[in-house]
Amino acid sequence: MRGSTPLGKVLGYGSAKDGAGHWWVQRVTAVALVPLTIWFVLSLASLPLADHAAVTAWMRQSLHAVPLSVLILTLCWHARLGVQVVLEDYVHHHGIKVTSLLLSTFLHALLASTGVFAVLRIAFAV
Amino acid sequence: MAPRPLSPHLSVYRFAYTMALSILHRITGVALASGLLVLVAWLLALGGGPQAYAAFTGFMGHGLIQVILGAWLLAFLYHLANGIRHLFWDTGRGFAKTAARRSARMVIAFVVVAGALLVYVFFWPAGGVQ
Repeated sequence: MRGSTPLGKVLGYGSAKDGAGHWWVQRVTAVALVPLTIWFVLSLASLPLADHAAVTAWMRQSLHAVPLSVLILTLCWHARLGVQVVLEDYVHHHGIKVTSLLLSTFLHALLASTGVFAVLRIAFAV
Repeated sequence: MAPRPLSPHLSVYRFAYTMALSILHRITGVALASGLLVLVAWLLALGGGPQAYAAFTGFMGHGLIQVILGAWLLAFLYHLANGIRHLFWDTGRGFAKTAARRSARMVIAFVVVAGALLVYVFFWPAGGVQ
């Protein structure tokens, strides 16, 4: 057990095999979200948002539906990682912490899949 | 294990506005995560047809909801600008006290200018898109 502390030897937890993975994915999604979110907000600003036909026509173009789907997936991933850190830092009761982390993961997965489904339903509608 | 003192000992520091910006990044992040619900609801309403969409936009038009949407817009601008500040820090630069304060002021200036512009575009009855 080279490089481990005496406490680490006694506890025997070893490596969580994750290392900087969380930190890194948070940054990768952040970098991707800079152009994606700017594009999305500017698109919203240029669209007549109350006009159902106009917004639908905009979303049916693959040039918009594809980046929008990527945006939804990336947003949900980034948000899940961020909410995880907040829950881990501020929820001190172990059971509540684990439960809320689990619920947060499920909710973000549900939002990601529902969001992409909704975009595809509009894009592929006949 | 004996209870150990945990860092950071916030109470021993003199308050600096960079501290407020730091916690604001988390607050806006959590607020924006809750905004995902509205984003998905918008997409579902849009796919549900003109009537469902009209009901959705009607609901979103209420005064209090408009205020929340405006707050989300400002939260997004802040989280975007301060997030870029974080990415810049990740390269190991900009940690000196003067540099951190300068970048903090740049973030605030961006939120004020871009926020005023976008609030005008999105919410001003005559000027905008609505």
